[in-house]
Amino acid sequence: MTDYSDPDFRAARLKKRYQAEKRFRAYGMAAIITAGLILVFLLGSIIYSSLPAFSHHQVRLDINISEDYVVADAPEEGNYLGLVRAALRDHFPQVTGRRDKRALYKILSIGASDAVEDRVKNDPRLIGTQISLYVPLSDDIDLMLKGLIDRNLPESDRIVSDRDLAFVDKLAEENRIERKFAFALFTNGDSREPEMAGIKGALAGSLWTLLVTLIVSFPLGVLAAIYLEEVAPKNRFTALIEVNINNLAAVPSIVYGLLGLAVFINFFHLPRSAPLVGGLVLALMTLPRIIIPTRAAFAAIPPSIREAALGVGASRTQVIMHHVLPLAMPGILTGTIIGLAQAAGETAPLLMIGMMAFIVDVPTEVTAKATVLPAQIYMWANNPERAFVARTSAGIVVLLTLLLVVNAAAIYFRRRFEKRW
Amino acid sequence: MSISFLFLCLLGLGAFSFLFGRRRIRGLTAMTGVKQHSRDVYHGSFVVICAVLLPLIILLAWSGLSPLLIDAMLEDFLRRQSPDLSIGEMGVLIAKVKAYFVGSLPEAFADELIRNGADYFAALVDYSTTARSFVVLLLSLCGAALGLRLLAPRFTARPAVERVFEIVMIVASAIAILTTIGIVLSLIFETLRFFDTVPVMEFLFGLSWSPQIAIREDQVGGSGSFGAIPLFAGTMMITFIAMLVAVPIGLMSAVYLSEYANPKLRGIAKPGIEILAGIPTVVYGFFAALMVAPFLRDSGAEIGLTLSSESALAAGLVMGIMIIPFISSLSDDVINAVPQTLRDGAAALGATQSETICQVVLPAALPGIVSAILLAMSRAIGETMIVVMAAGVAANLTANPFESVTTVTVQIVMLLVGDQEFDSAKTLAAFALGLVLFFITLLLNVLALYVVNRFKEQYD
Repeated sequence: MTDYSDPDFRAARLKKRYQAEKRFRAYGMAAIITAGLILVFLLGSIIYSSLPAFSHHQVRLDINISEDYVVADAPEEGNYLGLVRAALRDHFPQVTGRRDKRALYKILSIGASDAVEDRVKNDPRLIGTQISLYVPLSDDIDLMLKGLIDRNLPESDRIVSDRDLAFVDKLAEENRIERKFAFALFTNGDSREPEMAGIKGALAGSLWTLLVTLIVSFPLGVLAAIYLEEVAPKNRFTALIEVNINNLAAVPSIVYGLLGLAVFINFFHLPRSAPLVGGLVLALMTLPRIIIPTRAAFAAIPPSIREAALGVGASRTQVIMHHVLPLAMPGILTGTIIGLAQAAGETAPLLMIGMMAFIVDVPTEVTAKATVLPAQIYMWANNPERAFVARTSAGIVVLLTLLLVVNAAAIYFRRRFEKRW
Repeated sequence: MSISFLFLCLLGLGAFSFLFGRRRIRGLTAMTGVKQHSRDVYHGSFVVICAVLLPLIILLAWSGLSPLLIDAMLEDFLRRQSPDLSIGEMGVLIAKVKAYFVGSLPEAFADELIRNGADYFAALVDYSTTARSFVVLLLSLCGAALGLRLLAPRFTARPAVERVFEIVMIVASAIAILTTIGIVLSLIFETLRFFDTVPVMEFLFGLSWSPQIAIREDQVGGSGSFGAIPLFAGTMMITFIAMLVAVPIGLMSAVYLSEYANPKLRGIAKPGIEILAGIPTVVYGFFAALMVAPFLRDSGAEIGLTLSSESALAAGLVMGIMIIPFISSLSDDVINAVPQTLRDGAAALGATQSETICQVVLPAALPGIVSAILLAMSRAIGETMIVVMAAGVAANLTANPFESVTTVTVQIVMLLVGDQEFDSAKTLAAFALGLVLFFITLLLNVLALYVVNRFKEQYD
């Protein structure tokens, strides 16, 4: 038997209990710090690894736009790659062999001619003159210049050969190489070449998809919420609907992808990879996520408002349309924005319906083939080329920034317009 | 006319109908001097409903159903041209015809039959879209005219409009039921077809999973086996690891934030943890595959462990991180719902704060916490992108978290991504897996609800 009257025992036990208290608090603090560190590490590492993708090394070439390569009558048929290569050859007169020349060309990006092409097409008078222009280097050279490929490794261990190094060093000595902001990341569609790959196509695809989602899910969600919260009698039918909505909110997103594949694509023969189908699938997924906060917004409005309106002779529909709906709007919009933000980050159901195709063009309608930003990120993450790691992170940074802005807007909206009754 | 243009036309017609209707009723009232039954707005809306509702339904139905009809007619046409094609060859031919029609099939690959088919297809599509535009616009104009004729000062526009509004609301609510029915039917329908080729018992209890089916009859080693136990085991293992991470961190941070933290810390930490919930899963997948997995593999190698680069551990850890906010915010709610009187009572008896929490608050909140954990488990089981990017593809029945395992969701994605024939057992297997996934998550959700309802104490 323990003797509780012994003062030493009591003091020792109290001390132990206080220590247990301290330990418990420390566990709690540790849990929060761990979660915080994870968040910081997650975001920090992704932002850090995205940094290289926002810039690209370019080389300034003096390009002789000679009539041999492009004629003034048809600037769109010019051989711009030949132009750029000739300009590069002029810098290295000592390179003569076919293989050496081919190696020399390889230090330039495949997209190097695009810049020249744009310039000449915009201003055909340039033909016959000499211009000085920055064109992008290839991704391997770029990584080497950024220090991501160690040039001190033995030649057999690195992608960039000694010969390429010599070319690049000579250009660098002439002060021709400069690190510039990578506009291509935002102005290009997808590409097999990391330095040419951009998110414009995926962003447009995301916008079209979300447009369909919004058009379908917002009215349906709000109407359903009005019915369930304001109009519907409490019977088995409405109880069934409520159970359904709560369950749908918890169904794994990939199951919606299966639904879309079976119903929209295989039954209704809608086109694969199209924002239309993607938007419909996401709309079904978002619907319960709009209905639930919308109902909460309706429920938060005091009954006195409805009773007052009914008292002065409004019909039930007028009560809803003139009073309840406008007052609930901030809550509804916040819920919708958050639901759409979730849909914007969703990938799995879209993989099922083929929205991860390699698509270079920017989609211009809801039935065009398209991909979305998260699917683009997934595809880049699967690409084995080194430079795509930074591209992927950059895509993630863009996606997270967009989501942050949208969610911040939702929170601002709620703070600004929400009424406490 | 394309569907979006027609849609815009209808919208425009609707707007005009509203304006015309309102103008007409104003004119009529002024002319006759009779008191209006309904306000102008309702008369306008009534004309809009007459002009838009029916054409809109027809537009949607036509656009949904006409591809089915056109495809059936095309197949019929091709069948008449070359009667002895098998069903599979016919499918390929139809795909080629459509590819030729949109211009993605080069001229060189097209033979006479494909060209004829494409011409026939083009004619059908053209005919269908023209007829659709004609019918929809004509009906809309007729509807508007009829609506305008019906208007009169004593016409009861308001009840009519409200009745339509209510029906539209009921239809919108029923979409939720339709979606559930759609999910269940499409999954069950394909699953039953899958069980025609693979026995149920083999699927549920088989130990070997290799879904590669021979494309030709005489191929070696391509019989395919569909025993899903390795997938279930892999899913369970990754979910378990995720729970090991998420439950302690999530629960302890919820306890600390609701019981100890001052408002300032709470104001920073709570949104901070919720940011974790807003990060898309593809980002977690990237983090797991390109940062956590190599880190674990390298540090494992340091201490002499061999980790697969697609180890269950990496996927599980990151999935656990994803689940943390889920557990912490749900637990936070239930802990806050425990009445303050219980804490005061424990304090009055001399309990320290941690004793109060462990012996009074947490037991009182237990049903809610258990339900939060069950919901989090259902989330983890259904989670796709993290495991697709960080877990393995090959089925591997093991209990070692350092090895690579695969999950149900990974296999669904692997079976369905890329061009696939819809009738092969391979694609149908994905639907069977989807059905299992749907029922397991449904079961966990129902269980979570049951736990709360059955064991929750009523304190008021």
